[in-house]
Amino acid sequence: MNYDIIVVGGGHAGCEASLASARLGHKTLLVTGNIKNIADMPCNPSIGGPAKGIVVREIDALGGEMAKTIDSSVLQIKMLNTGKGPAVRALRAQADKIEYPKKMLKTLQNQENLEILENLVDDLIIENNKIKGVKLNNNKTIFAKAVILTTGTYLSSTILVGDTKTSSGPHGEKNELYLSNNLKKLGFKIIRLKTGTPPRIAKESIDFSKTKLETGDMKQIYTFSFNNKVQYDIKKQIPCYLVYTNAKTHEIINKNLTKSSMYGGYATGVGPRYCPSIEDKVVRFKDKPRHQLFLEPESIHYDDIYLQGFSTSMPYDVQEEMVHSITGLEKAKIKKYAYAIEYDAIDPTQLKQSLETKIIEGLFTAGQINGTSGYEEAAGQGLIAGINASLKIENKDPLILKRSDAYIGVLIDDLVTKGIKDPYRLLTSRAEYRLLLRHDNADLRLREYGYKIGLISKKQFEKLEEKQQDIQKTTTILKQTKITPTEKNNQILTELKTTPLKTAISLYDFIKRPEISIYDVKQFCEISNDQEVLEEVEINIKYEGYIKKAMKEVDKMLKLENKKIPLDIDYNQIKNLASEAKQKLQQIRPTSIGQATRISGVNPADITVLTIYLKKRGATSE
Amino acid sequence: MEDTIAAISTALGGAISMIRVSGSKAIEKVNNVFKSKDLTKEASHTVHYGYIMDKDEIIDEVLITIMKAPKTYTVEDVVEINCHGGITTTTKILQILLENNIRLAQPGEFTKRAFLNGRIDLIKAESVMDLINVKTQEARKMAINNLKGQVSDKIKELREMLVKILSNIEVNIDYPEYEDIETITTKEIIPQLKHIEKEIKILIENSQKGQLLKDGIKTLIIGKPNVGKSSILNKFLQEEKAIVTDIAGTTRDFVEGTINLNGILLNIIDTAGIRKTKDVVEKIGVDKALSLIDEANLILVVLNGNESLTLEDEFILDKTKNTKSIVVVNKNDLKTKINKTKFKDRIIVDINTKTLDGIKPLEQKITELFQFEKIKGPETNYLSNIRQISLLKEALVSLKNADKGIADKQPIDMVELDIKQSWEKLGEIIGATYNDELLDNLFSKFCVGK
Repeated sequence: MNYDIIVVGGGHAGCEASLASARLGHKTLLVTGNIKNIADMPCNPSIGGPAKGIVVREIDALGGEMAKTIDSSVLQIKMLNTGKGPAVRALRAQADKIEYPKKMLKTLQNQENLEILENLVDDLIIENNKIKGVKLNNNKTIFAKAVILTTGTYLSSTILVGDTKTSSGPHGEKNELYLSNNLKKLGFKIIRLKTGTPPRIAKESIDFSKTKLETGDMKQIYTFSFNNKVQYDIKKQIPCYLVYTNAKTHEIINKNLTKSSMYGGYATGVGPRYCPSIEDKVVRFKDKPRHQLFLEPESIHYDDIYLQGFSTSMPYDVQEEMVHSITGLEKAKIKKYAYAIEYDAIDPTQLKQSLETKIIEGLFTAGQINGTSGYEEAAGQGLIAGINASLKIENKDPLILKRSDAYIGVLIDDLVTKGIKDPYRLLTSRAEYRLLLRHDNADLRLREYGYKIGLISKKQFEKLEEKQQDIQKTTTILKQTKITPTEKNNQILTELKTTPLKTAISLYDFIKRPEISIYDVKQFCEISNDQEVLEEVEINIKYEGYIKKAMKEVDKMLKLENKKIPLDIDYNQIKNLASEAKQKLQQIRPTSIGQATRISGVNPADITVLTIYLKKRGATSE
Repeated sequence: MEDTIAAISTALGGAISMIRVSGSKAIEKVNNVFKSKDLTKEASHTVHYGYIMDKDEIIDEVLITIMKAPKTYTVEDVVEINCHGGITTTTKILQILLENNIRLAQPGEFTKRAFLNGRIDLIKAESVMDLINVKTQEARKMAINNLKGQVSDKIKELREMLVKILSNIEVNIDYPEYEDIETITTKEIIPQLKHIEKEIKILIENSQKGQLLKDGIKTLIIGKPNVGKSSILNKFLQEEKAIVTDIAGTTRDFVEGTINLNGILLNIIDTAGIRKTKDVVEKIGVDKALSLIDEANLILVVLNGNESLTLEDEFILDKTKNTKSIVVVNKNDLKTKINKTKFKDRIIVDINTKTLDGIKPLEQKITELFQFEKIKGPETNYLSNIRQISLLKEALVSLKNADKGIADKQPIDMVELDIKQSWEKLGEIIGATYNDELLDNLFSKFCVGK
C-alpha cells in the first residue's frame, strides 16, 4: 500500500495533521490504535483558556478544525480576562466529551483523500536517513513520502496508581510498546514525562447546595471559529461548581504521602510544573489553608463530573478518603479514579522549526510526543506538521510562524530552541509580543498564510479582505470626523459621563478617552456596523501607543532573526565559545542569530563570539 | 582565532615597564626569546628571572610571570614580562616578540578576551576601561567598586523587585479564575513602582555625580572684560597659565586648566569677556562663551564688586539664570559699590583675588554644591559611564510610562509592558540582554593592554 503521508495517532495533533494533509490534496492515512478514541479528551473537559484559546483561533485562521468542532460541542463558554486588556482576553469552553470526538470523527470520515486504519505502528522504514513508511503491529508495511508521529501519551506508557504500575495507554487502552525503542535506535534522545488526571464523580452523589455556582457568559455569545454561526442556546449552558480542599484533606494527603506514586518513588517521569497534582500543591504550598477545585460536567450524555485541580496518584482507598473530606463531596461516589501516566517523548530540540526531525528526512512529530501538554498545543503543532509534511513532498519551503506571528510560532520556537524539562504549556507570558497576538486579530494575522497554502478558500479570504477594507475605512472616517464644542455636543458628552470639549477634536482622539467606547461615537458619524470591525478599530485606537512600541520591538527582533547562520557550521571549531554554548549550539543548530540568543546556556558573550566568527567566515569566503 | 597577542601594559617612561602576552602559545613563544630556564616546563603562577635575548644579544634583564589558563585575566595562557622602563628597551622587547609571530594587541583586546571568555561581565569590562582612564583617586575607587559587582548587585536587586510585580501580574493573566491568588491591581503596584523609581533616580543622580568625578566638572568662568576671570583661574591653577593684563579683551581663547579640588576634578574654562565688540576674533570668542553655557556643569559668573551692575552684567546674569551657577563677586580693598538685590536669589560668593586665601570661599561653595562629601563616601555605588547611565534613564522612563498608563486607566497587562521594558533595560546594563551594537562600541573604546 502506498500513501503520500501517514499520520500515526488520532489525537488532537493527529486529527489536524491528517485533515491538513488530505485537504492539501495528498493521499493520507491515519493509523490509530482505536477508532472510537479519535479526538478523545482523556483529561479535562475543556478547550481554550489564556493563550490556549488564542491558539484555537489561530488554528481556525490557518484552516484547521479544532475551533469548528468545539463550537458545535460547547457545554459552557466564557471570555476570560475581560477585566484586563484585549491582548490577554481568551475564550474557554467546557466541551462535551462525547460530542467533540464524535463530530471530529465524522469530519475525518467525510474528508476526501483521508483513510483511517485501526492498528499500531511498531517501527519506521528508513532508507539513507529518509522516511519510507511504517511497519505495523501485524508486520505489514505501508509506504509513504512523509510520516507524522502524533502518538500522544501512548509511547511506552505506564499508568500509576499508588504503588501499582500498569503498562497501558489512557483508560486502559493499548499503548505503543516498540516504537519508542526503535526511535532510540535511530538516534533520537527519548525523555520520560508524566502527567495526571483527577477522579470523576457521580453527579447525583454531589451535594450542590454546599458548592458555588459558576456559569458561562450569559450576556454575549462567542464562537472560536471565524466562520461559525453560534450553534448553542446561551441559556442552556451547563454550569460548573466551585469547592475547596480543607485542613482535613491536607492532613489525609500528608499522612499518606509515601503511598502516592510520585512521593513513594514509583514514578520516574517529570510532571508538569504548571499543572501540579494535589499532593504537590499541598507539599509545596504548606501555608495555603485550602485549594480551589472545580466540578466540571463532562457531557450531556452521561453524568460524570470532573474534579478539576485534584489530579493525584494516590491509591484508590486514599482517594476515597481525600474526596470525602471535601465539603459537598462527603458522600461522593467516585466513578473513575485518578491516575498518573508516564510516557516517552522525544527531546524537541531534535526538531527543525518546521517540526521535521533533524535526523530523519520526511519524518515529522507533533503534540505530546514533542513534550507539550494540552489539546490546543497538540492541535496547533499537528496542523503545522500536516502543512509542512505536505509542503515537503511538494518540494516547497516550510511554513514557519514567527514569534511575532502567532502563539503557535512561540510554542514551536520554544520547543525546538529551548527544549523542555517538564511538559510544556503555553502561557501568555511566553509571548514577548502578546499585544500583537490577540484573540480578536488571529484572522488578520494568519488567514493569508492559510489562503496561500490552500487551506482557506477564496471566499473566506475575500471575506477577510472586506474586513480589512472596512477597518481601513472606519479608521479614516474617525480620523476625518471632528466633534465641535457646541452646546448640543457637550450635552451629549455630559450624558456619556466624559469631560465636555473646549476645542474640536477628531473622533479618533475622542475614542482614546478611557470612558468612551467606539459605540459612543456612532451618533456622530456613519461607520461600519460589524462588531468585529469596530472591536478591531477600537483596540487599534485605544492602545495605539502600546502597539507601536511592540512593533518596534518586533523590528528589533526580526533584524537578529534575519542574520542567518549557515547549517554546516562546526561549533567545535569556534574556540572562544564556552563549552556549554558549543554543545548547545551544536545540538540545536539555530538558523539565525535571533534564535541563538534564545538558547539557554548561550550567553551574550557567546553570541558576540559567534557573530565575530560569522563575520570572519563571511569575509574569507567573499 | 585564538592567536597570541602582546602589548605594553604600563605607561611608557616609568622605572619598570610591563609587557603582557596572552594566547595559547604565549608561554612557548616568550620562551623562545628567554634565556635562563625552560618556561614551558614551569608551574603556573610562578615568577622567573632571566634575560630577553635578540638572537645572541642580551636586551634586558627581566622578571617573567607565567600564568596558565584558565585562572588568568584573559582565561588564556598569560605571560607578563617586567623589564626596565626605558622607551627604547621596552619597545625593543615588544618588537622581538612581534618578530616571533606574536600579534600586537588591538585597543582593549585583553579585556575583550576576558569578557568573551566569560570571566568578566559587561559592567566589569567597562569598569576596567574606566580604571585605565582614571585621573583621581576617588574615581579610581569608584571604578574598583564597580568591578567588584556592587552596582551589578544593586541592579539585580531592582530587577528582582520588578520581576516580583511582573510575575504577580502574569499569574493573574494565565490563571484568572483562582480566587486564592491575590489579584494585583494597578492601584497596588503604584507604591512599589514609586519605590523602584526612587531607587533608580538615586542611582542616576549618584551616577551623574560619578560621571563628574571621572570626567571632571566642566566649569565655565564668564563675565564682562576685566573683572578678574583669568585671575580666578590662575588662583585655581596656582600658576600663570592664563594671560592676565589690565587691558580689556586679552583672553580671546578658552584657556583650559584642570584642578583637583579635594579629590574632585574641575575642568576650568576661562572665556573671553562678554561685551559688544567689532573685533572679529574677539566676537567669535564671545559667541563661543555664550554657547558653552548650555554644556557646562557649573558656571561661575564673575562680577566686579567695586562698580555697579552694567548692562553687560545684567545680560550675563540673565543668560545664566536657569543654570547651575555661582555669582562670584570679586572685590579688592576698594569700596563695594555693587547692588546685590538684583540677583539675591542666586548663590553668591564674595572673593578677593588679590589675597592668598581669597578664593577659599568659592572652593567651599563648589564642594558644597556638588555634595562631594556624599559621593566620596563609602557608598560609591553607582554607574560611571554614559551607556549605563542612559540605560538607567530609559529604565526610569519606562516606569514613568507605566505610571502614566495607570493614570490613564490603561489595563494592567498594558501597564505591565512598560514595567517589563524597564526590567529589560536594567538587564541590558548588566549584560543580561544581548545587544548587538553595544559590544562593538564598547571594545573599540578600550586602550591597549588593559
